[in-house]
Amino acid sequence: MSSELVDNTVAAPHASGEALGAHGVSHLRALEAEAIHILREAAAELSPGVLLFSGGKDSAVLLHLAHKAFWPGRIPFAVMHVDTGHNFPEVIEYRDRMVERYGCELIVASVQESIDRGRVREETGPRASRNRLQAVTLLDAIEEHGFRCAFGGARRDEERARAKERIFSLRDDFGQWDPRRQRPELWNVYNTFLRPGEHMRVFPLSNWTELDVWRYIREQGIELPSIYFAHRREVFERDGMLYAVSPFVELLPGEEPFEETVRFRTVGDMTCTGAVRSSAATLDEVIAEIAATRITERGETRADDRISDAAMEDRKREGYF
Amino acid sequence: MAASDVNALALDALDPQPVELLRLATAGSVDDGKSTLIGRLLYDSKQIFEDQLEHVVEVSRRRGDGHVNLALLTDGLRAEREQGITIDVAYRYFATPRRKFVLADCPGHVQYTRNMVTGCSTADVAVLLVDARNGVVEQSRRHAAIATLLAIPHLVVCVNKMDLVAYDEQRFAAITADFTAVARRLGARDLHFIPISALHGDNVVERSENTPWYEGPSLLELLETLPIARDRNLRELRFPVQWVIRPQDDAWHDYRGYAGQVASGVVRRGDEVVVLPAGIRTRVVAIDTADGEIDAAYPPLSVTVRLADDVDAARGDLIAHPDDQPQLARAFAATVCWMSEHPARERARYRLKHLARSTPARIDAIEHVLDVATLEHARGASELALNDIGRVRIRVAEPLPCDPYAANRATGAFILVDEQTGDTAAAGMIEQPLA
Repeated sequence: MSSELVDNTVAAPHASGEALGAHGVSHLRALEAEAIHILREAAAELSPGVLLFSGGKDSAVLLHLAHKAFWPGRIPFAVMHVDTGHNFPEVIEYRDRMVERYGCELIVASVQESIDRGRVREETGPRASRNRLQAVTLLDAIEEHGFRCAFGGARRDEERARAKERIFSLRDDFGQWDPRRQRPELWNVYNTFLRPGEHMRVFPLSNWTELDVWRYIREQGIELPSIYFAHRREVFERDGMLYAVSPFVELLPGEEPFEETVRFRTVGDMTCTGAVRSSAATLDEVIAEIAATRITERGETRADDRISDAAMEDRKREGYF
Repeated sequence: MAASDVNALALDALDPQPVELLRLATAGSVDDGKSTLIGRLLYDSKQIFEDQLEHVVEVSRRRGDGHVNLALLTDGLRAEREQGITIDVAYRYFATPRRKFVLADCPGHVQYTRNMVTGCSTADVAVLLVDARNGVVEQSRRHAAIATLLAIPHLVVCVNKMDLVAYDEQRFAAITADFTAVARRLGARDLHFIPISALHGDNVVERSENTPWYEGPSLLELLETLPIARDRNLRELRFPVQWVIRPQDDAWHDYRGYAGQVASGVVRRGDEVVVLPAGIRTRVVAIDTADGEIDAAYPPLSVTVRLADDVDAARGDLIAHPDDQPQLARAFAATVCWMSEHPARERARYRLKHLARSTPARIDAIEHVLDVATLEHARGASELALNDIGRVRIRVAEPLPCDPYAANRATGAFILVDEQTGDTAAAGMIEQPLA
């Protein structure tokens, strides 16, 4: 493992805790320690596992935490990107760079391949998105590789269905989440028992908020894709949200592209991830902006959650991340 | 003080003081106004985002609720909103400049014991609601019993709906006296009472002018100032080995580290330690993190410990100080909360998970069932049904390094897993290690 990784990090584990007394622990240290504990438990009991990496800020933090959990050893699981084929080019470039830096094996599960093989049918029309199709590709890949757990960077503060989900979330033989059949989660003693065909989604960042993630990124010097910071981009407006102009989205009559200074709060499929008008070009500026905002990241920038009252819950029941 | 500080949060964003994490669990009966209290806490401390609030306003209107139903903020599942019931524990997050809060919202009625145990197992503080009109009812005793059983260090009783008893001081005093008697019997540690109206916001975030006779803090002020750091057990070292790190590459050829999260006590470089259950004595030569070596580690830090001798320690082992070791027990008496629809019976076999070790286990005897409403022990029961709390004797296949739960919430806790269904059958708290 290169020493460059160690130099990247700035704070000693107890440095920011000093102000809390001799054995005080700041909340970021407590969240970090909890996430590392979860990563080690799942790696020990649910091997083989895989870390779902979208190139977004949460998966960037997750990968960094995985590195810390097993350092100076290697991360004992592969990294998987469920590739819709509708990605921001900056994010793919970032993904490849991170995987190489951490020395992980990269598995790309391709939605295009699922379409070509007839596993899913592509949506049509100007509002077509491959977001929902990802679930099939993801479940096929989990089955094909025999993964017993898939780590995700999801947080409970993101969305009301996620607020109900366990850290170790059981999925049945069909990949479904059943909120009524969740196992009670007691202390930090996790029940990892699986029957044939079942797997777990494991969420080490469950107790983090968006602001925690950003502060940790700053504290640890974690690199992010450039689209998180303000830049000029050709966009168009639809349903009150700004979308990047790309070959993957057809403009509707009356939709005119224009240039705007924007950044992204989440990273997903280009067809359903909106940008926000922002001049925040540095981590400090982004953090100030997030701390002051009165709108959640998914509410502001994700069209996929607007389909219905329970859009996220419904997709999770189908096996979505 | 709390409310005005909340706005400072945005200003503090760039240079936050290190804040503590406080985990709280809330419990109340169906109509005690718990969802309203949580909604009020989040709303008055400005932690509700506009899109979430718009959603609640819109759904309330569509359902014809006649008011903004703050309970919709916490009912996240389709069935919960359609049926107006709360199925499962939900987790909420809010922060003030002094603390960050993780709130486990435990449903009042559906499978109450199981859900409440889930929410309470990690809590520093339990917030229990009592309806000022009804006083201490069976459900209040049940909640107090579970919170005490789980050894939650602080209990805060919110006497709600004070507006409906004309903010009557005598009424509050009577409920306080009743509840204190129950809590004393249960052995509760630190007990607080606050007269509130969740609906109107009295004493939730701001202190209320309607209760001039009440001199204590508002709920949020109390949550900000309860001394939780001293609740952490820094006495006996308990370091469970989760993972052995052996890179075996050129740069770290001979490296062997024992990774885990400190459960209690303090481990320092140079300490004499013993690796259990083998009982091998050795010394700590280094405490590693990916950020570099540190001199000492304490709860809840996740670290990696290197030992002087080439001991053969593995996942599931426990590192302690030689002069303060846990007992190695092959059997113990324990209180269990039964969580499975298949009842517990004597001689039934399970897989028991304790720290990072799991081992076959058998229930040797069911000693009594606790009536959580009356707090009486019923002897002679042949089984424990779903949501029962009872005392059992358990035998395990391998000796476990353990402590009584009352002394150590980490090494005294375990779960039982039903290996046929995979379900978590019970949450267990060790009372007494036996032989």
